[in-house]
Amino acid sequence: MNVFDIIGPVMIGPSSSHTAGAVRLGRVANKLMDNHPLKRVEITLSGSFAQTYKGHGTDRALLAGIMGYHSYSPEIRDALAIATERGIDYVFLKEDIKGAHPNTARIHFILQDGEEGTVQGASIGGGNILVHQINGMNVEFTGENNTILVMHQDQPGVIAAVTQLMHFEYAELNIASFRLTREARGGNAIMTIEIDGHPPEGLTDAIRKISLVTNAILVRRV
Amino acid sequence: MLKYESIQELVDEAESRGMRISELVLQDQAAAMEKTELEAYEKMELDFQVMIQAVQAGQAPDQRSMSGLTGGEGYKMKTYAAEKGGLCGSFLGGAISRALAVAGCNASMGKIVAAPTAGSCGILPGCLVSLYEEKHIPEKDIVMSMFTAGAFGMVIAKKASIAGAQGGCQAECGSASAMAAAALVELMGGTPAQCADACAIAIANQLGLVCDPVAGLVEIPCIKRNVSGIMIAFSSADMVLAGIDSKIPADECLDAMRSVGDTMPEALRETAGGGLASTPTGIRMKKQVFGDQKE
Repeated sequence: MNVFDIIGPVMIGPSSSHTAGAVRLGRVANKLMDNHPLKRVEITLSGSFAQTYKGHGTDRALLAGIMGYHSYSPEIRDALAIATERGIDYVFLKEDIKGAHPNTARIHFILQDGEEGTVQGASIGGGNILVHQINGMNVEFTGENNTILVMHQDQPGVIAAVTQLMHFEYAELNIASFRLTREARGGNAIMTIEIDGHPPEGLTDAIRKISLVTNAILVRRV
Repeated sequence: MLKYESIQELVDEAESRGMRISELVLQDQAAAMEKTELEAYEKMELDFQVMIQAVQAGQAPDQRSMSGLTGGEGYKMKTYAAEKGGLCGSFLGGAISRALAVAGCNASMGKIVAAPTAGSCGILPGCLVSLYEEKHIPEKDIVMSMFTAGAFGMVIAKKASIAGAQGGCQAECGSASAMAAAALVELMGGTPAQCADACAIAIANQLGLVCDPVAGLVEIPCIKRNVSGIMIAFSSADMVLAGIDSKIPADECLDAMRSVGDTMPEALRETAGGGLASTPTGIRMKKQVFGDQKE
């Protein structure tokens, strides 16, 4: 904690959890889109988000984040109109996502080139978020660090291959947190690797070439 | 490095080094963040600029909240204070208007500085922008006093809480008011120990305040509680500057605040399950904004 955690952040009101945190959840989806133009987005709101989104502007905040705006961007207020102007087709749905944190949203996006993706996460207070699912797979990260998601098959040596590559090819790279989840022994698995500092150029491409790795995605800090 | 685990630490360190708390904290925080003191100062200066802009935005005659439940309070109070002075006089009336304006700006999705939270964002500007605009205190001194306010807030966050969901409104508006009181005392030339006393009195006067937002929105009673926050900050600071001390030390007041928060029922901690939120009018307003929804 530092003095600017108390005097700050500068944000668009009214609520750090229902507005500022919602923008950051949207930004995770924006990072996954990797600057490809967006065609349509379906935003599912659960729990308190579903009940009170109008009064807190949670819908505008999520959409603003999806379009790349920050929690301090004045455009948040006009995000619905801006999305329409940009030709983005958006819809808000309400669903009781079972077992989810009260402030949970699921963002399903469809890009103009046909690619699709999904982010599910929760705004857990004070503008902090926790991402729970990416493209249907369970993950857990805060978006405060650059995060690398490595989809792979659960076999001995895959984690070692990934971390060795990180160590030997990118000596300055430091892992801040590491988490592994898997469907079943030997099944599909996912590493969530949060790193300090900036991700080096070409890192995810190099990881993708490792045997038994099916995909690697970089989710930049939000 | 300072630990920010007690108010006494801040007072002792500042007094032993013959510094203001703000100077001590700027030096310490710049080092902790690996910034120069100038960089840290300039970042705080930007926060103060946002506060001034939020006052202006919130004093617009057509300011309305997103829900439509509130709006225009800052403008009404500004006009009244300027034209009639009112019971509080034009200075305090103007300060009330600024607190209402910033809290209103927040409710209408304007840009604010969470200080320490969005719900209590009107209190520091209500006090500090008023001293800047009405008492003509130099901007540099005001910006420095925000480091004092921030340091007190850090201790409050560690020893008690700054989250309504954890400690009720005493943790949000109470904390903001105590932070502002300490900053005001420093700005008016008080000692570090007097800053601590003003913090203690402000906390003591808001102990037990519940967080009971109507419809769960940061509007009713939050916007007007920002006003009670500044009134308690000004009165606490003035009492201390008049030579009246706090009978309970600041750190003990914070321990009390924590234990009061810990024993506060969940219905009164930002869940909109009690207090004003569960009054017939509160429930009617919730239906007005969100329609009939099952819990």
